[in-house]
Amino acid sequence: MTSLILRTATRYMFPPLLVFSVYLLLRGHHYPGGGFVGGLFAGSAFTLYALAFNVESARKLLRFDPRDITAVGLAVALASGIPALFSGYAFMTGTWWKVPIRPGVVIDVGSPLIFDIGVYLVVLGVLLTLVFSLGEEE
Amino acid sequence: MFTLLITCFFAAVLAPWVHRRVPKYAGALLALVPAAVFAWLIRQLPMVAHGHSVEQSFQWVEGLGLEFALRLDGLGLLFALLISGIGTLIIFYTQGYFKGHPQQGRFLMYTIAFMASMLGVVLANHLLVLFIFWELTSFTSYLLIGFNHEDEAARSAALQAMLVTVLGGLFLLAGMILMAQATGTWKLSEIVQRGAELQAHPHYLPILILICIGAFTKSAQFPFHFWLPNAMHAPTPASAYLHSSTMVKAGIYLLARLHPALGGTGEWGAILTTIGVATFLIGALMAIGQSVLKRLLAYSTVSALGAMVMLLGIGTSGAIQAMAAFVLAHALYKATLFMVAGGITHETGETSVDRLGGLRKAMPFSFTCAMLAGLSMGGVMPFFGFVAKEVWLHALGDYPLLLLATVAVGATYVLVGITVGWKPFAGQRPDGLHAHAVPISMRIGPLVLGLGSLFLAFFAGWIGHAIVEPAAAAIAAKDLEVHLHLWAGFNKYLLMGIGTVAIGLALYRTRPVLLKTGARLAGFARFGPDAAYRLILSSVLKFAAWQTRLLQTGTLRHYIRYAVLTTTALVAAAFIRAGGFQGLENLSPISTRIALVAVLMIAAAIFTVHSNSRLRSILSMGLVGYGMAMLFTFFGAPDLAMTQLVIETLTVILLALAFSHLPPFRHGSSMRTRGTDLAIAVGGGVVVMLLVLAALDVQTPTAVSDYYLEHSYKYAHGRNVVNVILVDFRALDTLGEITVLTIAALGASALLKLRQGKQEDKS
Repeated sequence: MTSLILRTATRYMFPPLLVFSVYLLLRGHHYPGGGFVGGLFAGSAFTLYALAFNVESARKLLRFDPRDITAVGLAVALASGIPALFSGYAFMTGTWWKVPIRPGVVIDVGSPLIFDIGVYLVVLGVLLTLVFSLGEEE
Repeated sequence: MFTLLITCFFAAVLAPWVHRRVPKYAGALLALVPAAVFAWLIRQLPMVAHGHSVEQSFQWVEGLGLEFALRLDGLGLLFALLISGIGTLIIFYTQGYFKGHPQQGRFLMYTIAFMASMLGVVLANHLLVLFIFWELTSFTSYLLIGFNHEDEAARSAALQAMLVTVLGGLFLLAGMILMAQATGTWKLSEIVQRGAELQAHPHYLPILILICIGAFTKSAQFPFHFWLPNAMHAPTPASAYLHSSTMVKAGIYLLARLHPALGGTGEWGAILTTIGVATFLIGALMAIGQSVLKRLLAYSTVSALGAMVMLLGIGTSGAIQAMAAFVLAHALYKATLFMVAGGITHETGETSVDRLGGLRKAMPFSFTCAMLAGLSMGGVMPFFGFVAKEVWLHALGDYPLLLLATVAVGATYVLVGITVGWKPFAGQRPDGLHAHAVPISMRIGPLVLGLGSLFLAFFAGWIGHAIVEPAAAAIAAKDLEVHLHLWAGFNKYLLMGIGTVAIGLALYRTRPVLLKTGARLAGFARFGPDAAYRLILSSVLKFAAWQTRLLQTGTLRHYIRYAVLTTTALVAAAFIRAGGFQGLENLSPISTRIALVAVLMIAAAIFTVHSNSRLRSILSMGLVGYGMAMLFTFFGAPDLAMTQLVIETLTVILLALAFSHLPPFRHGSSMRTRGTDLAIAVGGGVVVMLLVLAALDVQTPTAVSDYYLEHSYKYAHGRNVVNVILVDFRALDTLGEITVLTIAALGASALLKLRQGKQEDKS
């Protein structure tokens, strides 16, 4: 699996795929998308890279152990449930904050988004844990 | 009281740390905790002796009506004094017993945790709180019996004790729930006032039986007595504390506590007296044939516990007084004897009484304590055991048969008392038996309790009034006066006591003969409850192994087969119960594009099965998935379609990666298996299709989707309802799912690593 065409194509496709996965994650609240499919897209980007080059270089590109990513994702998802406790609501009740980005522009940021980021990371981590360990076994 | 309990548990957690910091004095330091509890209890003594009780409670789980209620009355005080008093001495004793042992901290932790749980049992005023502490004592007892966890016998004894007591605990829980329903309250102090109401209730007999099973398993009553002698694999401090003076009395405590509510009826008397007398006699009989110090003591404990149940069963105020006095006397002398036995084994390494002798010069301290306790156990003047026995015989005045049994068993107590208290120290020391005195920390405990047996007898009147009377009053739920005397005058009961001692001495003379007879009868153990326990346990394990072999074959085809067949059978059964499948109405016509996709999917599926190349199979299966994604887009589910597409692609990649490790592809299955598989697949497909069609006709009263559609933007600020459900409305479910995902990934990665390791080993 060391086709030159695939390698070259992968070099060009990898960044847009990752950007697209984040885009999917962020738009999920209003339009089709979300953490799950976003995580899958990001995972596919790395899988593609591992296929075109090898697992070793894909691991290097990722920089973190996929199992750590899974653990961090789970922690983030759990943590997103905590803010609600401070306002006296049940664990995981959606909590929203108004965050001013620049004068005159205020966006809503909610704990569901944080939760979705956790889902994104877990899916990414799980997928790559499997792909990497299967691919490395040769 | 709550503070005291918390402090005790806290001390348990800190115990290993304390031991690491001051290994030499850990026991002495930690003994301060139970000593403080003891001091506090003593301060409550005057108030409780006047019939008042100390109460404390706060809401624990409000929604469940669970209240953390504690109450200290006369009965609780008697037991709490024993638990904290003996606990102090035992923890101090542990310091010497486990001197230099690296795991001493662990032992101290378990022991103190047990003590706290046991205090919880006797102080609880809410049935469920009592139950929680009850189970905690079973659990800590398991840890203590299995303390030498490298010894297989200790492990199996620990498991046995745990299984028996926890199983009994389940019966107890059922009984408690029924009792709470019958009386309408969970509070013990209220339940004991509703005795008449409870006894007229149709559930009275089931409640009584369930509670009795719980209490009998815990207090080692026949036929559940077998776990107690086996529990002697525990280190001696634990045996002395849990399995003679405190934990095994939890069942007695519970029966005594519930006596006003459940007692006084014919059923109560019949059950308790029968089982109590049986245990009383069997324990004594088994004790005669024993020569291992601790087992000898254990069987005599079983017998003593039987006596307490018997006295409760009789239930006259005399019997109740006798029971309360005997609990005190027994705890004092039995804990002493255990500690002495532990000391002997600790210093000589010998466990059998028949290989011991002549230790009086080498271990004068142990000898003194052993004699004090042994004489008290034999019911000899002027010890507290004598005082208790006197009251006891008085209480049985109207029951000649029980009186006879008491004299006979009392004689074996004399025998046990002499065998442990006199035999190891008297006569010639066998060759090669080395011994020296036990350290100071191991002297204090037996000495205090041994002298206690002596001194309490001289203050019998005061003890009777201050401690035994409030306890007996709580059991009987009425005011009564207790007069204990060291010298009750010259009467027939005194003569009986003297007769008992004489028979005991005679028995001791004939002990070699008795031992031989005992050895000859040992074969009958095959038919005993211990053997029954082992049979049941091994049968359960065999059944488990059999059904695991049957269901968990390790072949993927079988797992899929079971899953599909079960689903098919259950859904089909549901259809039949609902009166068959009906209604193919209201179906929209199939459009051309859908038909095209469907045909494509069907063709791809058939190709997947028939292809003789693995890669082609995977690819055509991917096609089926893509077709599904297309169907999702037709029906307006872009989220699903998108996810399906990515998942399908990744599945193909993962399978391709995995298949590169598999042996060459061939159809290994015969035509017959393939035929069966086809039948199962078709059956599963048809049933699921019918299910989907039937689901169209189901009209739910209020569609949950309406709620989501309506509230998604309003409350959750999201227009994509699917996503809002996932991350907001049902976020907890999603959290569970991603956790499962993580665990699955870890498992898969571990399995793959394992295979790699094996390959490396081979090469």
